[in-house]
Parts: sequence; C-alpha cells; structure tokens
Amino acid sequence: MASTIRVRAINSGDITEVQALIQHPMDSGYVKDAQGQTIPPHFIQQLTFEYDGKAVFVADWGPAVSKDPYVKFAFKGAKKGDDLKVSWVDNKGASDAITAKIQ
Amino acid sequence: MNRIIGATALAASLFSAALAPAHAASEDDFKTAYAAADAAEKQAGALRNRWTTTEAALAAARKAAEAGNFDQATSQAKEAEALAKASIFQATSEKEAWKALEIK
Amino acid sequence: MRARALFSSVLTALGLAALVAAMPLARAADAPDPAADAKAFRDYFIKKFPKVKLDDFVNGPYSMNEDMRKQWEEKEQFPPYEFALEAGKEMFATPFRNGKSYADCFANGGIGVRQNYPMFDAKEGKVVTLELALNRCREANGEKPYSYVKDEMASLTAYMAFTSRGKPFDIKIPDDPRALEAFQEGKRYFYTRRGQLNFSCATCHVQSPGERIRAEILAPALGILNAMPIYRSEWSGMGTISRRFTTCNSQIRGVPLEPQSDEYRNLEYYLSYVSNGLPISGPGARP
Repeated sequence: MASTIRVRAINSGDITEVQALIQHPMDSGYVKDAQGQTIPPHFIQQLTFEYDGKAVFVADWGPAVSKDPYVKFAFKGAKKGDDLKVSWVDNKGASDAITAKIQ
Repeated sequence: MNRIIGATALAASLFSAALAPAHAASEDDFKTAYAAADAAEKQAGALRNRWTTTEAALAAARKAAEAGNFDQATSQAKEAEALAKASIFQATSEKEAWKALEIK
Repeated sequence: MRARALFSSVLTALGLAALVAAMPLARAADAPDPAADAKAFRDYFIKKFPKVKLDDFVNGPYSMNEDMRKQWEEKEQFPPYEFALEAGKEMFATPFRNGKSYADCFANGGIGVRQNYPMFDAKEGKVVTLELALNRCREANGEKPYSYVKDEMASLTAYMAFTSRGKPFDIKIPDDPRALEAFQEGKRYFYTRRGQLNFSCATCHVQSPGERIRAEILAPALGILNAMPIYRSEWSGMGTISRRFTTCNSQIRGVPLEPQSDEYRNLEYYLSYVSNGLPISGPGARP
C-alpha cells in the first residue's frame, strides 16, 4: 500500500528545507456525519522527523489540525544524499513511516 | 412603476396576513395555510427557483403541526407562503431584469 | 417580531428588484453573438484589472491578492490535490469489468482533451460536460455512475485536467440554433439573481472580484473554471464543478438543482466559452 507520507527535503549549503504532506483524515471528534452520528476522533498525535538517529522536528498534534496536514520546516547540519526519516503515530495506534533522501 | 406599486401592495397584504388575528389557530387553519404555502412552493419549483429558507419554514410548520402546536405551525406556514411568493416574484422579474447585469 | 423580519426580507427582495428594473433598459433582442459576448467579457476584466496578465485570471483569488498568491505559490510546491490526482490517474487506467476503459470513450484516449469540454452534442441537442461524459462512459460499459459531487468524480476530472494543463480552453459553439440557445441560457443563468440573498453569479464574480465576502477573496468570473476541479481548504477535500455550482446555490439560500441539470450544463458551457484562450490550470487549490 502506498505511503501516506510525501516528503521532499532540499539541501542548500548548511540549511535543509523539508516539506511533507501527510494523508490522514484528522477527524477532530466534534463533527457529525450526514446521519447525525459523531465521527469518532482519529488524528495524528505525534509526527517525527529524524536525521542521523536524532529527532530534528517533533510535532505533538491534536484535533485542531485539519485533514491531510502539510508541514514545512528547515534544519541545519545535513547534506545531500543523507537520509531523513519521517514517521507518525495516531490516537488509534496506527502509524506510518518513510525514509527519503535529502536532495 | 405599476410593478413597484403592485409589489408593495403584495408586500403589504403579506405583512397584514402575517400579523394574524390573536385567536388560537386550529388544525384547519394550519391545513389551509400549509396548502397555500405548498402550492406556492410547487410553483417556485416549476420556475426552478426555490429558496432554502422556504423549505425550512415548511419543515418547521410540519414539525410544529405534528407536535399539535397549530399556532406556530400556521404562522410558519404563512411565512413559507410569503417566502415562496417572493421567490416566484424574483424568478418572474429576473426574466427581464438579468439583462441589466450583463457585461456588454 | 417575525412578521417584521418577514416584511423586511420581502421588501428587500422587492426593493432590489425595483432598483434593477429602474436601471437603464438597453438591450434589444438581437441575434446571439457568442464571440462578441466573449470579447466584451474579457475586455471588462482586463480593464478592471490592468495589472493582471490575461493568463493569470485562471488563478482566481491569487490573481487578485498578493499575500494570498505568496501562500498559494508555496503550497503549489506540495499541492493538496496530489492525493486526488494520483487516485484519478490510477482510476483512469483501471479497466471496467467488461475489459474496456475510459480511454475508449474519449478522443486521444482521454489524454489532453479536457479543454474541449463542454461540447455540444448534435445528436442529443444538448451540451455535454466532462463529468457527464465520464459517467456516460461508465454506464455504457456496465458500471454504476459516480456521484457528481464526491471524490471519485473529482479524482477522475483532476487527472484529465492535469493532462491538459497549459492548453487553452477551446470550446466550440457550432452553427446550430440549439447550441446558441444553450449558450444564451447559460449566460442568462449567470446573470439571473436567485436565492433569498438575491445574488446572481455576476454579483460576486463580475461586480466584486478581488473584494471580500466574509473572509474569502472573490475570484473573477474570467477563467473561473480553468482550475477545476479544486482542492478547497474549506471542504478539506476536492470538489468538482458540480459541487461548486450546487454549493454556490445553497450559499445564497437557493435550493440547488440536480447536478448536471440543463441549467448547470449550459452555465458551464457559457463560462468555459467566454474563457476560451485561457489555459487549463487544473487541478487547483483554493482557500
């Protein structure tokens, strides 16, 4: 099954700019469906970007983040060709991870 | 100009209809009012110009009637009729009025 | 209290109608001239927004507001419609149960043809939109049609739009009175006020592009379909042309017609034709 994570990491000198788009319903638990039933909460709780075994960006998310979230950040100390690992865990215990090469 | 006078007269008559007499409405009053509203809304539907608020008023009228509250049901039905008639007026006058907005 | 509110809402509708009626009565009933209409349409927006490049109108609110454009350009590096686009590509390539596929229903296998839709079908005497053509393709091959307002149709049209990116809208109005009538009907729909809020499409998209309606910046009508289907942040998802037409109706408190009703097909015909020459930019992203 295709990954839920699209990531692109571009290195320029010392700075690596990372963009990620994650496919996830991010249901807040406050929305009702067409039949009037509350859609149960289903959202990513933690999103982690790791470089060289260390976390360079960690997001603690909750119901306020919308569906299919997009993240962008930059960090120092990486170079082209290195690996960047992206992983998430949601409130139902599901998870996904992907490793991308820094361009 | 005549259309404006006629329209104002329509508005005035609807206004006075809405300010119904103070006695309690009966189920028959409701049925009459609802039938009129329903007929007007069907006409609006034929003109492909129903308003969501008319539908909401009709639904509210039905719900109140089911609960036996015929005062509320009748006044909602009358409001629905007024809204439906306004939507018919809109559709009819727009048959020509749209041209004023056209980019030429 | 309700009577007063009722009275004033009725009076507003009547007052607005009276105001419109009082405006200069000009247009004689001359023969329809779509080319002249399209030119006038284009010239209106060019004149209103002299700093906007013609092709840029397809970017809707982003052509009207610099701050929004910056945010959008950044997002386009990693666009939110990517998932739908990929899904659409896969769906398009998957054969039906009878072994045929969407490619069999379209010229050039359905690749790079989006800019030709809607097209006038002489046999049927009506306008056929891309969404309609896709569902007819499904039904002709023993498959159930998709909802016009849900994700599957959006994914399919996203893919087809993507294969036409950059190609200019090329809508044809053949020399057939029924096609001219369809164009006229679409035009009439566009300018007709409807709903309890008494708006026409033109009220927002001709009179007020670049201005705000609540928190949104309004898009110009020129090029407004070029980016469809769109991922709309407001919907947290994709939306087809049908979805946009029906939700626009309900937003102004008009009961929406059935998707792909004659009125909507004709409206799409008109709006696409007057944007001829402007590039397809779909699938798009909007706030």
